[in-house]
Amino acid sequence: MSDSHSQQAKAYWKENIRIVLSLLAIWFLVSFGMAILLVDVLDNIHFFGFKFGFWMAQQGSIFCFVILIFVYVYKMNKLDHKYAVDEDRDNFAPDDTYYKNQEPLE
Amino acid sequence: MDVQTLTYIFVGASFTLYIGIAIWSRAGNTDDFYVAGGGVPPLANGMATAADWMSAASFISMAGIISFIGRDGSVYLMGWTGGYVLLALLIAPYLRKFGKYTVPDFVGDRYYSNVARFVAVVCVLFVSFTYVAGQMRGVGIVFSRFLEVEITTGVLIGMTIVFFYAVLGGMKGITYTQVAQYCVLIFAFLVPAIFISMMMTGNPVPQLGFGSTLADGSNTHLLYKLDQLSIELGFEAYTAGKKSTIDMFFITAALMVGTAGLPHVIVRFFTVPKVRDARISAGYALLFIAILYTTAPAVASFARVNLINTVNNVEYKTTPAWFKNWENTNLIAWVDKNQDGKIQYIAGKAFMGKPQFLEMRGAQGERKISNPLNENGNELYIDRDIMVLANPEIANLPNWVIALVAAGGLAAALSTAAGLLLVISTSISHDLLKKMFLKNITDKQELFFARAAAAVAIIIAGYFGIHPPGFVAQVVAFAFGLAASSFFPVILMGIFSKRMNKEGAITGMIIGLTFTASYIIYFKFINPSANSADNWWLGISPEGIGTLGMLFNFIVSGLVSRITAPPPNEIQNMVEDIRIPQGAGASYHHIKS
Repeated sequence: MSDSHSQQAKAYWKENIRIVLSLLAIWFLVSFGMAILLVDVLDNIHFFGFKFGFWMAQQGSIFCFVILIFVYVYKMNKLDHKYAVDEDRDNFAPDDTYYKNQEPLE
Repeated sequence: MDVQTLTYIFVGASFTLYIGIAIWSRAGNTDDFYVAGGGVPPLANGMATAADWMSAASFISMAGIISFIGRDGSVYLMGWTGGYVLLALLIAPYLRKFGKYTVPDFVGDRYYSNVARFVAVVCVLFVSFTYVAGQMRGVGIVFSRFLEVEITTGVLIGMTIVFFYAVLGGMKGITYTQVAQYCVLIFAFLVPAIFISMMMTGNPVPQLGFGSTLADGSNTHLLYKLDQLSIELGFEAYTAGKKSTIDMFFITAALMVGTAGLPHVIVRFFTVPKVRDARISAGYALLFIAILYTTAPAVASFARVNLINTVNNVEYKTTPAWFKNWENTNLIAWVDKNQDGKIQYIAGKAFMGKPQFLEMRGAQGERKISNPLNENGNELYIDRDIMVLANPEIANLPNWVIALVAAGGLAAALSTAAGLLLVISTSISHDLLKKMFLKNITDKQELFFARAAAAVAIIIAGYFGIHPPGFVAQVVAFAFGLAASSFFPVILMGIFSKRMNKEGAITGMIIGLTFTASYIIYFKFINPSANSADNWWLGISPEGIGTLGMLFNFIVSGLVSRITAPPPNEIQNMVEDIRIPQGAGASYHHIKS
């Protein structure tokens, strides 16, 4: 897919945006939603030794952030593969020797 | 062995390691110096980013602040981690594909304008210098308390070490030292946390101990006990918030967006070989950061319970040695208001401002202060910064743990300082000289200027470390507010909107910056006495105003770009190109030729 103006590129970008927006919706929900806007309501739920809202604010949201990025990486790698834009197809493909040498192979 | 000998051994060993790495990873050309040759493996980049990001403030101050403000401290926990989601999803992969050295490079090229580039350079320098002064100060504090040398000497030693690996190794040296520094700092943070969690709750995992019952046989959950103690002493309940919801919302957003716009973090994603690596290394970075950030609130609550139990209603004469040690470094002060020889620790400030110590001792042997006292029963002043540093002593942990914490604090401060100094030197040698004023210099000369700029920046940072301007704490709000209201929208629109042009970007940046800066300057410098919720616009504090500045930036740049000419074709093609991962490996070859 050398021509980035193509329909393919547009479709790839559209799917990319959809992935990003759906993950950002979760990002917003677990932090701003549950840990700030609804924190007092959720505090009525007892979650192990925590009030649930407090736990989301100081622990839960951070765990969710980490998971979100790894889900994003997984989904994007799949998407890149689907549209054949992944970098394995480049002429320049770093491999183990590349990492060892720390110098780009010309 | 005593604490001091052990500290010398730990700090000495870690410094030797850093210097060894610096010599091993010398930079040969500007490519190495700016982006470590673009060949850093993603896992190493994740660790380096984590060390780069977690500063003296994260290591030393954050748990202490949370310890004193309870749930409201969540703004820092979420703000300084949630930004990585934005960074990973919206910024890092695309800037890696763009493949240039700096944030001003992107702004200047994408908006085909040296004015935009120049505004970006000025912001980078301001944000980075603000930050670096605090790091050098952190180095000084750790040295003066644990090694009992003058703060000045401590700062000078720190400067020498950073000079060594930042000037010699550039990004390459910094990256691999940061990997080592991450290991040192996370180990140093976790060991005491695990010890204390075991001691207080019997659970070795601090994140779980945080929600467990106390090991003292009372069968009460730690947090419920802490709420109860806090209320008894007249404080707010630990798990309840004091800040308004709108302020919590805006501060968290400003810190998140600011994080995603900070140049020394963004530039780390230029160092990996591929777009895919940029994505995954953002994941690793946040994972490594989260290990500390989920431990910190646990440490905060343990430390608070411990502190109350150790000092409240205890006779000054029988307090443990750490109490007097920290009193001698000006970070604890006690005034016996009711003359009973015991420490009363309850809500309210014992006196106004920081303690002004006199050269004399009181009836109990305490250091006398000259501050006018407040009319309340509280007799104790504790600087928030000591909670993490003093925690092992408060909990009576072995001497080697205390020494380890000193080495960890230094690793945190030095790694962040180095990352910032690199960004400063790159903006000067690359963005200002090579791209604007001395376009004809060779790669060798550019490398020389980069090294010289790093050296000068270290000296300036050291000066601020020794003579800290009184406003360091205030300008932190500035750094995040500026990054949020200027860089983030400009970079985001540069990637996600092909229609965004230079007129829109420049007006947006100027409006966002001016609005945010004037709000902060008014409340922090011109009229600090008015800095309270009643006077804030919509109840938003200066710490959170960057979010509103960012919104204004988006609105104004959107409007202006619609009524002016669209960007030239080649720019629109460039935007389409950075959206596709393919070809990222090749982009460094373009730069070289």
